[in-house]
Amino acid sequence: MIAVTLERVHAPDETANRPGTEALPGSEVSETATQPGSGAFPGAGVSERTGPGALSGLEVPRYLGSRRRPPLLSAGVRIGVPLLLLIAWWYGSSSGRIPPDVLAAPSSVLDALRELAATGQLAEYLLASAQRAGLGVLVGGGIGLLLGVAAGISALGEELVDPTMQMMRAVPFLALVPLFISWFGVGETFKIVLIAVSAAIPMYAYTYLGVRNVDRKVVEAARGFGLRGHRLALGVVIPSALPSILMALRISLSVSLTGLIAAEQIGATEGIGYLVTLAQQYFRIDYMVLCILIYAVLGLVFDAAIRLVERLAMPWRGHVVAR
Amino acid sequence: MSGGVRVGEPSTGEEPGAGDLAVRVTGLRKAFGAKTVLDGIDLEIRRGEFFALLGPSGTGKTTLLRILAGLELPDAGTVLAARRRTTVYQEPRLIPARRVLANVILGLPSTAREAGRRALAEVGLDGYGGTWPATLSGGEAQRVALARALVRDPEVLLLDEPFAALDALTRLQMQELVAELCARHRPAVVLVTHDVDEAVRLADRVAVLREGALAVDKTIDLPHPRHRDGPSFADHRRLFLSHLGVVTASH
Repeated sequence: MIAVTLERVHAPDETANRPGTEALPGSEVSETATQPGSGAFPGAGVSERTGPGALSGLEVPRYLGSRRRPPLLSAGVRIGVPLLLLIAWWYGSSSGRIPPDVLAAPSSVLDALRELAATGQLAEYLLASAQRAGLGVLVGGGIGLLLGVAAGISALGEELVDPTMQMMRAVPFLALVPLFISWFGVGETFKIVLIAVSAAIPMYAYTYLGVRNVDRKVVEAARGFGLRGHRLALGVVIPSALPSILMALRISLSVSLTGLIAAEQIGATEGIGYLVTLAQQYFRIDYMVLCILIYAVLGLVFDAAIRLVERLAMPWRGHVVAR
Repeated sequence: MSGGVRVGEPSTGEEPGAGDLAVRVTGLRKAFGAKTVLDGIDLEIRRGEFFALLGPSGTGKTTLLRILAGLELPDAGTVLAARRRTTVYQEPRLIPARRVLANVILGLPSTAREAGRRALAEVGLDGYGGTWPATLSGGEAQRVALARALVRDPEVLLLDEPFAALDALTRLQMQELVAELCARHRPAVVLVTHDVDEAVRLADRVAVLREGALAVDKTIDLPHPRHRDGPSFADHRRLFLSHLGVVTASH
């Protein structure tokens, strides 16, 4: 569109740079007619809108929303980056650009995987680690959830729990390893307690946050209808805080992997953490890389599992998931 | 050109150029899934004209407004609108983390503060610039939203049921304020509402959107201020209500 008089873009600073425009109606006589009515508060007297055509100054509204991405393209981009990394790794190793003592080639990592699977150790180790992590996250996450809900719902709970939990949060749980060994020895108890502590802290923090962000008005209404205590918590507060709680579960699970390495480095004869220790002792780069890949796959599995839980546990949210 | 002039305007002013448009929509179509909400809309709104769009909920009134605001894409048809467009939504949509004045001049340089203060004074919130949005009542927050729209000196002011969430008394006051401010600043206004009285009271022209098309598009030739107990006011109300599918008993 050709547009003369009103074509000028209304630069934000224009408003302020033209003193007098915002004066009382009728007092802006000195204002040039090139931009009628563009002051923040134009007087009503000036109205010389005489464009060359009826459509002067009009434009197609610029779209401000987000465009829908074709699902195939979206999936392609999602997979593309890891795939590129994989290809770069494979190409770098096979062309000799990545020396084997820096990063083992994909083929040797695959060989290590085959070897481990053939002896049955892979399944054994995974199972042992899964049991420890599962039990630890169940106990620690459960305690974190309880404390988080208690602190989020009641003022007394907050006073009782929050200062201690905030202090605990500042302590790196790895600093507890020597103390826990002296208390529990190097057996299973020590490992599970360590993972439980590592999982409880993020669970508490995110649950507390989620509960605090539950719509006060909804809670008020539920209280008005006589809901108290566990009925209020289970029926109203926890479902509403579920997005945060599942986020907490995600973080607890990934933190538990860290706890797993620390726990299984000491006094273990099986488990992924033990495998990491072995790989380090025997300087087997293929096993080191394999362990990293196992962790990566575990991360993916956890993520997919929680996405599924989100979809099943929160039917009211459609397909919106916390990322 | 009945739409151009309002009684009670400080100065009579010149008519905007005969064909001087602020909005032109031709053959606009928009569907959500299988549901076509806008099915070949043609609409022209002149500069300075107060246009109200009525319709039952779910008919696409808001979609049309959102297309003009650039928040939705049309499936077909051409949409042209004047460059400076601002929107007031049903909810105030203020940023809770910024004070009222910062909300008003959102996106403008800090040199616009003075203009922002003046806009606040115009909506009756003189001296509220330093308060937090959370401390405002619903009506006050909506007036801040109005000031935020006006400080940009819109050529087209898009009002998406801006009074729907207010209590009856506040709503009347807000309608009064909007009428006054629009008469003073003369933007082209698109008011989306389901309140027939509100449309007839404020607008130069009222259209009813039904089944994706403008079922009626009528100029309201009554002097301002309009009272709902006037005889022709009731005629207009009955006409629009019948187009909205509401049968009214004749008094």
